Parts: sequence; structure tokens; C-alpha cells
Amino acid sequence: MVFDFDRLIVDDVSRHFGRRRALTHVSLTCRAGTILGLLGPNGAGKSTLLAILSTLLAPTSGRVTYGGMDARTAGPGLRGRLGLLGHDLYLYPELTARENLAFFARLYGLDDAPARVARALAQAGLADRAGDAVSGFSRGMRQRLALERALLHGPRLLLLDEPFTGLDDASGHALVTRLRGLRDEGAIVIAATHDLDLAEGLLDDVAILREGRLLAVPHTSAPLRERYRETITAAAAAPPGERAR
Amino acid sequence: MSRLFVPLLLLAAALFAAAPFVVANAPFEETMGLVQKIFYYHVPSAMMMFVSAFVCGIASAIYLFRRSAAADRVAQAAGELVVLFGLIVLVTGPLWARKAWGVWWEWDARLTSSLLLWMIFLAYLLVRRFGGPGSEKLAGAMALFGMANVPFVYVSVNYWRTLHPKTSVVMTLAPGMRAAFWFSVAAFVILYVLLLTLRKRLEDRQATVEQIYLAIEE
Amino acid sequence: MTQFLRVAWVVMRKDLTIEMRSREIVYTTVFFAASCVLVFAFALVREGRPLEDAAAGILWISIAFAGTLGLGRTFERERHTETLRALMLAPSDRPAIYVGKLLGMLVLLAIVEAVLVPMVGLLFHAPVFARPLWLAALLAAGTLGFASVGTLFAAMLVRARSRDVLLPVLLYPITIPVIIAGVRGTAALFQATPDEPMARFWAALLVFFDVVFVTLSLWTFEPLMTE
Repeated sequence: MVFDFDRLIVDDVSRHFGRRRALTHVSLTCRAGTILGLLGPNGAGKSTLLAILSTLLAPTSGRVTYGGMDARTAGPGLRGRLGLLGHDLYLYPELTARENLAFFARLYGLDDAPARVARALAQAGLADRAGDAVSGFSRGMRQRLALERALLHGPRLLLLDEPFTGLDDASGHALVTRLRGLRDEGAIVIAATHDLDLAEGLLDDVAILREGRLLAVPHTSAPLRERYRETITAAAAAPPGERAR
Repeated sequence: MSRLFVPLLLLAAALFAAAPFVVANAPFEETMGLVQKIFYYHVPSAMMMFVSAFVCGIASAIYLFRRSAAADRVAQAAGELVVLFGLIVLVTGPLWARKAWGVWWEWDARLTSSLLLWMIFLAYLLVRRFGGPGSEKLAGAMALFGMANVPFVYVSVNYWRTLHPKTSVVMTLAPGMRAAFWFSVAAFVILYVLLLTLRKRLEDRQATVEQIYLAIEE
Repeated sequence: MTQFLRVAWVVMRKDLTIEMRSREIVYTTVFFAASCVLVFAFALVREGRPLEDAAAGILWISIAFAGTLGLGRTFERERHTETLRALMLAPSDRPAIYVGKLLGMLVLLAIVEAVLVPMVGLLFHAPVFARPLWLAALLAAGTLGFASVGTLFAAMLVRARSRDVLLPVLLYPITIPVIIAGVRGTAALFQATPDEPMARFWAALLVFFDVVFVTLSLWTFEPLMTE
């Protein structure tokens, strides 16, 4: 029985580390075939939220449900439908590109692994470098490889933490195209990013976090950069105790 | 528990006040004479040390598997008490050994096992203190493994020892001593319960303060 | 079950593949273990010559020290690339990852022991080939006990502060029964007339230890590695 879901619901999730509140009463919903942008200043809680969504971290209150089931009830099968591309790319520098992908394919128990690996290498444009150790790759190449690794098992929910960092123009646009393609295939893509220009054409929906809280975003036709700045300055100016929910 | 606290405190105070008299009146042991009376402090302390090790281990298991913060606070208190009572055992032990056998340390099976257990829980406290965020879980694992280790430590040290036969703490417990002994045990048990409760309460207060800090920001 | 074994096997193979590329950990750990033996040989001296009775003790201490070093280095590698997180994300039973890592460590320590045993035999005139099967059994059971607790602790310390010093601080007290049993059992085998019943007793204790602590480790791995 392969677990799958078409809706992600974050219900009043909070997370604190000792005295530090990382997330406070965050709620949002995502349906299949959406790209959600997670924006916000550094330290806003974006990485924490992504960690919770990937089941690596548990919320201190609230729940996250994937098609009605939460991480505990869904079991390990849920992790087979999630893909995470973190800051650190989770690649083994001593192994070759092909070996990295093959390892994850075997770890995930995917059938038809060699074919999948070959396809992934082609998608990443690394077919000719397949036998080279990852330690010799540039940041952009590693990013492409890491993305393919995260997509190898065809996840329903793809979580990306600053995927555009260190990418040149061409790679950035290629990534945007790739993500759009995934969205059209029905995936839920949640990307935390600072790159508002690239995000402009990509995002279907926007969630802005500041100091662990979700802010209300104006649904105007203004460019993303303007809406973002507006929301952040409004929240900063609001007196304490009267934060937007 | 809170209603019993003060009566128990008074009872413990009474027991410890009476202790010197009870101990002095207990019969003298044939071979060791006056020195043997340290036994009334040494053995109950050792018993409490082992009891506390099990309390800490079990509380840690509950914390690890049920994520109960209250269990973690009990574990912290119990861990500190293992080190405290262990210190009493390891100080009174050599004092006794010096007078009874002429040397401070004799690799006696029980004393050596107590030393190892003491070190395990000292490591427990070190991890809690220096492990950084999330160290409660690491310490919990240490306590659980330490508790599981108690039989192995005892058996291995015991059989390791028999190859170096030395005098052991084998004593005859004359009838008159039994009363004094159980009196001491009772006093120490009550003392242990009081200390554990007091320490846990301190942790509870600390946790409440943290909650308040968190609530303020809301 | 097969999924569990498959994941463990895949993780172990990956670790060994990476190690075989540079062989850095193998070389440095074996060298370190050999240095330990020499240091102890020079330090424990009677009448200007190494203490031959100390052979068993020196063997096991060197294994313990080398093991701690190897554990630290292996997990430092995973920490550096944060790949432990990627492993935890896999849709498999998490304890399988622990088993894979443990198997990798056992291979490393087997290599270390393959070098140390003849070396100790040579330097201390110890009869290492008198009862080879019993010696192998003791080493296997003891190494498993040490590595099982070590792998768990090293994994859980990956994200902790002061992890370099905390690993030995936590590991040595817990594994003292392993050291005692290993040394006494090996010493029994190194005697002029090897004492097999004694070796058997200590080997049995080690097996008992292994069963308890491997089970405990499998049990606690997931709660310890998740937040």
C-alpha cells in the first residue's frame, strides 16, 4: 500500500526551543499542484517550518496532516512521499554522482533503480560527469544533483530550503522551469527563498513569516517585492500584542 | 505529597537527631569495634544510591519513549542524588577500610561497583551540563544504559576480584544491630524521598518560569 | 524484515565504499592503535622489559581507544555533510540505519584487531595462536558490545556540543564490563596452560552483554535521533 495524499494542512503549529519561540500559531493549507513560497527575514522560522513539514522535527503544539493523517499515524511510508532539499545538500562528496543517486535509490527501495538514476542524471545535465566524484562539482552542479536526489522517488511534497542560493542566472531559470513542471504533475512544492525576483514568476501562493508568525499578505497585483516589503514594514510598525494573524 | 512534606521533614529531623544515640547504643561488632559503626551510614547510603540509579533509569526511559517532561525532571533530580549518596558511600567506604584493614582502597567488589556506577551518573550530569540543547535525551540514554549495566558491572567486578583475593566486607549482623540498621535505613529512605521531591519541585518551578517566558511573547 | 536488512546492508556498503576511496580512517586508526600498544609497552615495564602479563590488557585498551577514535571520525564525516538527516528521511525502519553503521564499525575494528593481535603476540610473547577460536570469539563478542553502545552514542552526539570529549566520557564507563570480561578472558587464554572454562565464562558474559545492549540500542535509536 503506497501512501499518498493531495492536501497538506498545517494546523496551529508552534515550536519552541527552550525559551526561544521559533514558530507561533502557524496555519496554512496546500493542495496538490501548488507552489508555495515561504518568505521572510533571516531567523523568521522558515527552516524550522520546513523541518517540521519533513517530519524531522515535531511541533511542540498543533499538528501537520498529510491527507488527513499525521506523521505518527502515517508511519515510515509517509517519508517516501516527501522530498527535502536542505541548505546542506546531503550528498557524499567522496562518491560519484551516479553512486550518490544509486545509494539513495537503493535506500528508498526503488525498483528499476539504474533506469531512474540514468534519467535523473540526464535531467540534471550531468550524464557526462556521472562517474566523477561530487567533491569536484561546482555549487550549481551539486544543487542540480541534489535536486534530482530529492526527486528520485517521485515525492508528492517537495520542500526546498533556499534552492536558488549560489545559482547563476541560467541555472536559476532552469530550476524555475523544473519546479513548474513538477507542479503541473500534481506535486506540492514549498520553497523558502530570499530571491524575490526569481520567485515572482514561480509562486502560486505566498506565506510570509516574521519572528515565527505568519503575516497576512495583500492579494494585490503589485510585484512580489513590493508586497513583501509592505507586509514586513506593516508588521514591524504594529504595536506589540497586536500582530497580524 | 505536599501535605506529607512537612511531617516527613520533621520525622527525618527527629530520626537523624536520635541517630547518634541509636548507633552508639547498638552492640559492638567483634572484630572491628567502634569503626564498624560507620556501616550505619555507609550501607543505607549505598542502598539509596542504587535505588536512585533505578529511579533515574526508569524516569529516563519514560522521558525517551513518552516524551514526558515531568519524567525528565524526576530523572535529573534522581541523577544528582545518585552522585550525592555515592559520594557519601565513597567517602565512608575508604574511611572504614583504612581503620579496618589499614589501607584506603582494597578493590572490594561492592565498593568498586559503586565507584563505577557513581562515575556513570557523574557522566550523566556532565552531559546534561555540557551537551548543549537536546542534552536531556542524551543524558536519558546514559541513565538507561547505566541502569541496565548494574548487573554486568557487579558480576564482572566480582569475578575480576576473586582472582585477587582480599578481605571483603562480610559481616555478622548480630540481633541487636538489626534494629539500629533498619532505623538508619528508614531515616535515609525518608531523607532520600524528601531530597528527591525538593529537587524535582525546583525543576518544576524552573519549567514554569520557562513557560511564562514563552507566554509573554504571545 | 528483508527491507530492514536491505537498508542496513546498503548503508554499510556505502560507508565501506567511501572508506575504501581514501582509506583515511582505516590507516590512521590502525596506526593509532599500534602506537597505543607501544606507549603501554614502554610505560608498563618491569626490570627494563615490557610486562608480559599486561598483553591482554594492552590489547583491549588499544582496541577501545582506537574504536573511540574511529567512531568519532566516522560520524564526523556524516555530520559534515548533514547526510545523517538524509538517512533519517528515508522511508525505512530507522534502527536499520543504526545496524548498517554498526556493521561498518565492526569491519573497521576487525581490521584493527587483525593487526593488533599478531603485534601483541610478537611484542609480548603472548600465545595468540594457542586457542585461536576462543580468542576470536572473545574479540568478536567484546567488539560487538563496545561498538554497539559506541555507535549509538556517537550517532546521538552528532548534533551535541562538546561531542569530541563527551563520546569517551559516556562510552568508557558503560563499556567497563566489556573491558573487564575481554581482558580476563584473553588473559586466561594467554596463560602457560590456557584456561578454557574461564575464557568460556567471560565469553558468555560478553554475549549476554551484547544481547542486552544491542536490543537497548535498537530500541532507543529512533527516540534519540528525532526531536
